Order: sequence, then C-alpha cells, then structure tokens
Amino acid sequence: MKQSTFKEEQKVTTASNLENMEKQAALDIFSQMLLIRRFEEEAERLYRKGLVRGFLHTYIGEEAIAVGAIPPLREDDYVISHYRDHGHALARGIDPKAAMAELCGKSTGCSGGKGGSMHLFDIEKHFMGGHAIVGGQLPLAIGIALGLKLKHLDSVVMCFFGDGAVSEGEFHEAMNIASLWKLPVVFMLENNLYGMGTDVNRSRAGGSSIYGAAEPYKIPAVQIDGMDVMAVRETVIEGVAKVREGQGPVFIESMAYRFHGHSMADPSNYRDNEEVQENRTRDPIDKFRDVCIETGKVDGNDIALIAEQIDILVQEAREFAEQSPEPTAEDLYTHIYAEPEGN
Amino acid sequence: MAEMLLRDAMAKALREALDEDDRSFLMGEDIGAYGGAYAVTKGFLEKYGEERVRDTPISESVFVGAGIGSAMIGMRPIVEVMTINFTLVAMDQIINHAAKLSYMSNGQLQVPLIIRTVTGGGAQLAATHSQSFENWYASVPGLRVVVPATPYDALGMFRSCRKDNNPIIFAEHALLYRVKGEVPEEYYEVPLGKARIAKPGTDVTLVAYSGMVRVAEEAAAKLEEDNISSEVIDLRCLSPLDLDTVIESVKKTNRVAIVEETWKTGGFSGTIASDIQEAAFDYLDGPIIRINGPDVPAPYARNIEQLMIPSSNWIVESVKYNFGL
Repeated sequence: MKQSTFKEEQKVTTASNLENMEKQAALDIFSQMLLIRRFEEEAERLYRKGLVRGFLHTYIGEEAIAVGAIPPLREDDYVISHYRDHGHALARGIDPKAAMAELCGKSTGCSGGKGGSMHLFDIEKHFMGGHAIVGGQLPLAIGIALGLKLKHLDSVVMCFFGDGAVSEGEFHEAMNIASLWKLPVVFMLENNLYGMGTDVNRSRAGGSSIYGAAEPYKIPAVQIDGMDVMAVRETVIEGVAKVREGQGPVFIESMAYRFHGHSMADPSNYRDNEEVQENRTRDPIDKFRDVCIETGKVDGNDIALIAEQIDILVQEAREFAEQSPEPTAEDLYTHIYAEPEGN
Repeated sequence: MAEMLLRDAMAKALREALDEDDRSFLMGEDIGAYGGAYAVTKGFLEKYGEERVRDTPISESVFVGAGIGSAMIGMRPIVEVMTINFTLVAMDQIINHAAKLSYMSNGQLQVPLIIRTVTGGGAQLAATHSQSFENWYASVPGLRVVVPATPYDALGMFRSCRKDNNPIIFAEHALLYRVKGEVPEEYYEVPLGKARIAKPGTDVTLVAYSGMVRVAEEAAAKLEEDNISSEVIDLRCLSPLDLDTVIESVKKTNRVAIVEETWKTGGFSGTIASDIQEAAFDYLDGPIIRINGPDVPAPYARNIEQLMIPSSNWIVESVKYNFGL
C-alpha cells in the first residue's frame, strides 16, 4: 500500500490484491462475509415469521466493509457502530447465537433481550454498541478515544457511521475535536448513497462524494470501493497504523450499496429496480470469491465447504435463539442504574 | 466549623476528585484559561494542566458525549456545561445515550459521569439563560439528579456522586455560589437520595430544593412570626427521590406546599403532589399547594422577572390563604 493513499484531496480506489495472502486468510475473509450474508437472510426470514420484531436493518451488500475493516484491528482496539450493526458485531467476533437471540428478544441475547437489533453490545470484545440515533455514536467514539489517550494506551477506536450522519451537527463537532486533540479515531463512513429513503444528493450540498468533508478539519481522508474487501482491508491497515502512531484521526469513505430496503418496512420505492440490479452485479462476496478462484488461491470445493459450515452456524444460531427463554418480569427492572463502586 | 462559599465548596470537591482519582478529569467550556464562567475552577489549569482540565470547543453535544465515551472505558469524567440551558444542545447524548447504556447493554456498560451545570433564574439573563430543567432530567430513568442548596451538601453530595457509577446531573444554582455555610474540616459524605429537614415544624410542610430552599426558610421565619410552625424539607436530590421523609412530615403536619422555581406545568411539584396524595391522602387537612413559577418565559426587566420567581411573601400568603391559617 502506497503512503499516498491518505493524501488530502486524492481519490484512490485500490484493486483486490491477493498475492501476499495465505490461502487460509483468504478463506477467513470469504467465510466472515458469507456468515454476515446468511445471518442477515435468516434474520429476514425470522422477521417475516414474526420472531424478530421492531426495526430490522440488514447489512446485505455492505459485508466487505465490516470484514475488511474489523478483523485487522487488535483485541484492545474498540469498535462502535450505528443501528445497522449486525455485520460489525459478527466481524468483531460476537457469537452468532447471542446476536440472533438478541434479535429475537431473548435473555441469552448479547444485550439480554433489552437492546434488540439496533443495540448489540459485547464489551468483552470491545464492541461498544450499535447506537440508533443517527450520528449519536460519534461523540461516544471521541470519548473512548480520549479515554485511551488519557490512559496512555495505543489502542484505536473504529467508528462506523453512514452518509446520513454527516448532515448531523454531532458529526462536525466530532471531526473538529478529534483533529484538535489528535484523538485515535478511525472515522469509518459507510456511504450507501441513501439516508433511509433520501438520496444523498438530495440531502448534502457537497454531493454524494463525502470524504472531502474531512479536509476543513485537517483529517487525512480517502475514498475507496467499499464493495472490494481487499481495498477496505488494505486501506484500514494503513489508516490504523497512522492513527496508532499518534498522528490523530483518519477518515475512510467506503462507497457501498445496500441491496435490501432501509429496514424490513421499506419497499425501496425511492430507487429504481434497475439501479438495485446494477449494483447487485457488484456483489462483494461474489466478487471476492471470483478473484480468489481466478488467482488459484482457492477452488470451488473450498467455497462449497465454507458455505456448508456457515449454513450450519446460522442454523444453530436460529435454533439457539428460538429455544432460548425470554427475559423475566424481574429483568424489566435490572440495570437501570449501575451498582455503586466496590459492590 | 469553617464557613465557606458554595463556590469554594465546589472547588474543594473538584480538587479532591483530581487529587485522589487519576481516572477523573474536568472538561467543559472556559473552565481552564478563563477559570470557569462562575469561577469555580479558577487556578485549576495552572495546577493540574491541560490534560486534566480540558477547555473544549463550544460543542456541548460532543464534549458531553466524550464524557460518556470515556466513562464507558473506565474513566470518571466530570463535565461542566456552562448553564443548564446549554444542556439542551447535548440532550441527545444525555438522554439517548448516557441514561440508556447500562440498561440497553444489560449491565455490561456503566457511565460514571458527573455533569456539573448551573441552573436557575433571577439574574436578569432573560428567557434563554434563566431556566431550570432539573425536573425534566429527573423524569428520565437512568439519570441521577442532584440539587444542593448549601455548601455543606454541595461538597458532601459531590463526594457521594464520585462513588456512584451512574450519569449524574449535578445542578448548582447560580445565585447560591455566593452563599456561605458551615463546612467541617473533617471528611464527611452526604448520601444521595436522603432529604434533609432544614427546619423542623408542626403546622405545615414546605418542600423545596436548590435555590428555593432559602426562600422556603425565609417564608418559614415569617410564618413563625404569626405562630405558624413550618417544617422545611430540602429534597437534595430529585433522583433518587426521598419521598419517605416528605410523607412522614406530611403525616405530622397534615398540610403541605411544594415550592419550585420552574414552570408549574410539568413541574416536579406535580409528581411530588401526586405521590403525597397516593401515600397520605387521609392525613391531608387541605389541598396540596404547588407554588411554581408561572408558565411564562423569563423576561429581562427586573420588576417583572421577580414576579415569576416564587418569593417568601408569595409562600406565606399562599399558605395562609389555602389553609385558613
């Protein structure tokens, strides 16, 4: 990866490059993306059956961002996300069973059935939550980064947010203070071109290309193809290294497309079917699989074996969720307040 | 026992936090180089340095959120929002985030964050700078709301706040900073959620908090001249609320007036009144009186501003009229 990637006002899209990658590493990436895809498809099925309720926002089509960005992080780094958080949670290693149980409102869920789809948490894994107020997680990321700085640790915070969040004041406040205080934050923009149903061109004066918004805050920024998992991975590795050195935040805009509606309640009337179909030809999982096979890195049998394993994992997650108990009436009243220190 | 201004009691409380706990730091607008809008943190920057006394941009949402985020990983931040009016800009972080994280994460997260802010009117700062929103925050599960009325309580309750692992709104009334009170040299704490009987009495209970405690005490002194004995209760905290002390008093006096600076509609006095009648209906010899500011934005002009803040005479007249005393 060239040092030039994060030069200001430079738009770079990296191509997939598997030359230096071990076979198993490539298979892991494929496997992680496929897990997210199959998990989300199963969640949609459970939603239709009424087992998942509330809002369900799936990550289908955007898997390359989470899988490119999160596995290169260290265990002592932090991840914080928005309401479309299943992919980030799974990529960070949250047990699919605990995630699916949470979607089903079960006490075995990763948030005890109190958070639901939009609020997955696993603090042991440093997954600091899905947060469902657009832009609201950005100030929290600033605080985690500030805490790390005050503790003199070299961990970083990766903060995911969407194109909708960049119209919020909190986005600009967070960018300003992160740069001013040189905080260890990776601003990870997932630009899927729609804030719910509003085309980003109709919501943002600067248009659909957003990474330039980092420039006034003197934050190195880059725009990449977020449907190219290797482009995401390589960019993140370089960006995280810069942040870890104490140079302050970086900003990565991953261009992406969500294949399904904003949530299960959304029939996507605001965009053409043609546009959706065209973007589906850029499917990040198919694309990565094809490159892997073309380069001889893996073969069809490897892929089939992984697909089989993932199906079993997701089926086990579903069964676990279905069979798990609901929260008790007592659970309604637990954890509203924390216990005093020392208890 | 030494006398101390409430401002100095707060400064002492903050110095203790910085001296005793390296997880604590201060963050807010003009707390460092300027010395604090109300001079509470004067000299702090020089003593503790800019890492731990952090001047922020005028970005309430992000610096309150930054307090929350740092608390999520074990820091114990003390954030100052210059006035409670400005906390509205950070309402999303306070209510949607700070108050919810413990519950939504099923106890995986704690947010030991103290948000110090300045509340109240009466200083001719007009409608946007004279409000009291403690009651709003008190209605949000997950938050604690601490409203000291004396230097003793300010220091003692702040010490308790530092041991609490929840997000706390610590509201200091602007007009109390220059109030003096006794503060012992030896260490003490005032627990959260324990009201104080500021003055014992037998005929009527006056419930108040923050800046209204002094006003209620003044009213009690005036009523005493007419041989009406008032018991003045300082709630100290709106959350957790010590209703027991109020109920016990009402059962003794059989009459109660609740005094609150903010608007009557939606005022916390309504909640307390409702709780009292549920718990002690048979003990009441008259209606529960709510003495709140009228539902108007605070004006600038002194004469009409004073008309919207409950006064001791207002309380005296209301008690005499409503209870036929």
